[in-house]
Amino acid sequence: MKPVTLYRKQKDPWRYIVWVLAVFVLVPLATIFSSFLTPEQEIWEHIATTLLAELLTNTFILVTGVACFTAVLGVSLGWFTGACEFPGRRFFSWSLALPMALPAYVMAFIFLGLMDFSGPVQSLLRTVPGFENQMIEVRTAPFVILVIGLTLYPYVYLLSRASFMNQGRATLEASRTLGLSPVQFFFKVALPISRPWIMSGLALVLMETLADFGAVSIFNYNTFTTAIYKSWFGFFSLKAAAQLSSLLVFFALALVMIEGLYRSRMKYFDSSRGGAVHSRLQLTGRKAWFVTAYCLIVLTVAFIIPLFQLIVWSFEVIQSGEGGGYLDYILKTLILGAMAALLICLASIFLAYARRRDSSRLSTFLCRAATMGYALPGTVLAVGIVLPVAWGDNLVQKVTVFLFNYQPGPIFQGTVFVMLGAYLVRFLAVGFGSIDSAMQNIKPSLDEAAAILGKTGGETLRRIHFPLLQKGLLTAMVLTLVDVVKEMPITLMTRPYGWDTLAVKIYELTSEGEWIRAALPGLYLVVAGMIPVFILIQKMEK
Amino acid sequence: MQQAGPMLKVNDVHKSYDRDDVVKGVSLELAEGEIGCLLGPSGCGKTTLLRIIAGFETVHNGEVSIAGRQVSSKSGIVPPEQRNIGMVFQDYALFPHLSVTENITFGISNGNRKEKRKIVDHLLELVGLGDTGEAYPHELSGGQQQRVALARAIAPEPKLLLLDEPFSNLDVTLREKLTVEVRDILKTAGITALMVTHNQFEAFSVADSVGVIFNGSIRQWDSAYNIYHNPKTLDVATFVGDGAIIRGVVTGPSQVSCGLGELHGNLSLPCESGCHVDLLVRPEDVLHDDSSQVGAQVVHKSFRGPNILYKLELPTSETCLALVSSHHNHQLGETIGIVPEVENLVIFPATNKLLQPQ
Repeated sequence: MKPVTLYRKQKDPWRYIVWVLAVFVLVPLATIFSSFLTPEQEIWEHIATTLLAELLTNTFILVTGVACFTAVLGVSLGWFTGACEFPGRRFFSWSLALPMALPAYVMAFIFLGLMDFSGPVQSLLRTVPGFENQMIEVRTAPFVILVIGLTLYPYVYLLSRASFMNQGRATLEASRTLGLSPVQFFFKVALPISRPWIMSGLALVLMETLADFGAVSIFNYNTFTTAIYKSWFGFFSLKAAAQLSSLLVFFALALVMIEGLYRSRMKYFDSSRGGAVHSRLQLTGRKAWFVTAYCLIVLTVAFIIPLFQLIVWSFEVIQSGEGGGYLDYILKTLILGAMAALLICLASIFLAYARRRDSSRLSTFLCRAATMGYALPGTVLAVGIVLPVAWGDNLVQKVTVFLFNYQPGPIFQGTVFVMLGAYLVRFLAVGFGSIDSAMQNIKPSLDEAAAILGKTGGETLRRIHFPLLQKGLLTAMVLTLVDVVKEMPITLMTRPYGWDTLAVKIYELTSEGEWIRAALPGLYLVVAGMIPVFILIQKMEK
Repeated sequence: MQQAGPMLKVNDVHKSYDRDDVVKGVSLELAEGEIGCLLGPSGCGKTTLLRIIAGFETVHNGEVSIAGRQVSSKSGIVPPEQRNIGMVFQDYALFPHLSVTENITFGISNGNRKEKRKIVDHLLELVGLGDTGEAYPHELSGGQQQRVALARAIAPEPKLLLLDEPFSNLDVTLREKLTVEVRDILKTAGITALMVTHNQFEAFSVADSVGVIFNGSIRQWDSAYNIYHNPKTLDVATFVGDGAIIRGVVTGPSQVSCGLGELHGNLSLPCESGCHVDLLVRPEDVLHDDSSQVGAQVVHKSFRGPNILYKLELPTSETCLALVSSHHNHQLGETIGIVPEVENLVIFPATNKLLQPQ
């Protein structure tokens, strides 16, 4: 008889995939933290005396402003389209999510192009008697908040709307029989129930705000992200950049915890069982038209005007014969996006499958760590990845010099691999999210049936999960591709020579104030950005 | 190679989750071709035991051997894919993207297309699904899916087949029909099988031996007949079948005095005279006879077509059940004559708790 081969379930090799992917996130994080723990006196003093006060004030104003603005805008729109009935409600329910397709930096240059001193709005204003010498300074905090808020409010809008719709008929009817007016119902019942959704939407908004680099640099509004970029590429001090990153990363991690906290509370507040039939508050007369007008104004300002302006400018560019020069950028952007999307989706499948096989606490924790990159601002991530790569390259250098007296030069530094690694960390959560939810729709007994029928883990993944995942896989590919295409700071800071994407081109053009020439690449990005929004809307309408 | 020993041997298996003991020292054996069944209420550990045998769960103590090869012990387990077993899942777990034929051939590793085709045709005929080979699982009814699941599980010719509540998703009439069919299929193919169920009628109609399992341990491993007529413990007696437990006193070597009068028969436990015991009375042990001296009052009745199940209150104010031909239709409150007819007196050491039919 053959000798008995026994193995412990704990040694399932699939679990190491979770570890490897977690390491990808934890190494940059550890790098950033270590530079916080080992500050260099000189650099730190310089930052503290010259920059810190301004950065903290600016960040605080920006974060507070965007939070308030998106909360009011998102919750009010969510309430009206989710719980009320008014003319145009169906149209607004999906179209109000469209501003998500506009990257904040595209919105920013359109806004400046329109509203700057030399732009059409202020020029027109100056023709009005009494306003000839008026000048509105638009590169200030309130307008940065407006621009960023208009592109980010859909997070709060979508989540709060879902929550208001979830509350169902029973909550509303019970409250009204207890004598609450609709307004009282909103403040006393609906809003408190929706708090977990609203807060988790706000946390996502603030993560994006902290991470924003493009829009604030167009406005010359100094925040941590622009300071990190400047200290690296302006003063060539990677140390200072790391020092600044270590502060920013604390804010980001705090938001991750807040988001996680409220997400876990959602289940306690889920009242969807209390009656699936949804009844809406019927708005009538002036009230109804007021709400319609409000929605229309938001949609116009946040989406229609910017898109229209983008198209007009693009036509101008094309008519002046400059429209053809972007083919190379588009190609590079798509190649990069496709490579990253492929890598991320592959990693997501393995991660989701490894998680399925091993649900221990350790692997749950590591999986959360591996998908935490979405909270890390691109600038921070770039620093956190380039530093260890440089360190590794140096180490290899030293070893080869010592052993063979041979200097191979940098191996990974300045290659596409570094960039792809950074994308993987930043967007793994996006790919993992849609693949994992598709994976959870596959009954666990299918895995067991395949095992009983003699198939190994790899074979099961290939023959059962892979074919059944196809739809979720496609969604994940599209979502990550578009995110990579829109990404600015990571690409800007880690790209090898010749790998300029559309986002990088926009950065170059806008830093010279060339709003109109930035329109065509901007339009390409908006069109690409609409794809995931439409996927989302389609899911929402189901 | 022909195995001399049992096909499945489970020896003193223990399993706990977070200090909660789910399986406590279970041992059982199945000979080649034997069909066993684990019967017990939900949460008794029977499914965990099945998953241990399949290799999905580790054991904390004890061993499992299949065809003489040790596959589980506390030092490690052979993964399910290397155990050469088959399993029918509660939800069937058919692969939705594969056709019936593809599902059935999924586990067949060797053989060319023609040979596989032959196996599939044979199996489809065996389970009575001749022309559904090209269909997809969602196009089939529940009963058909169940048959495909069975065909898929036995296609690789496993040494042992496990069935996890295989009939629980079917409606009652189909369930009764399929239990008989499944037994015939397994016997025709000569497959050693172990089934898990909470339904005693399924257990009785499919299995050669039934193990009644409570709280993680097997209370009795026996034929269906003995489980019903000779339960070894009080909880087996009350879980399996209808019946009442009434108090009694042993008055002779084969005589018990109780609320039904003096009963004569073989005692299931050696007991001295004067010993207080609990006595199991099945509904068919109590016959209706108008001329009888012993009377009992009807407190409840349920009409079952050919017969009526009466719940009767004895003079001792204990209750028992009687299965009576439905020609004898008595009213509630009426006192009717009964004759106990018990061959084997199933007795247990007296407890203070009385278990009375609901």
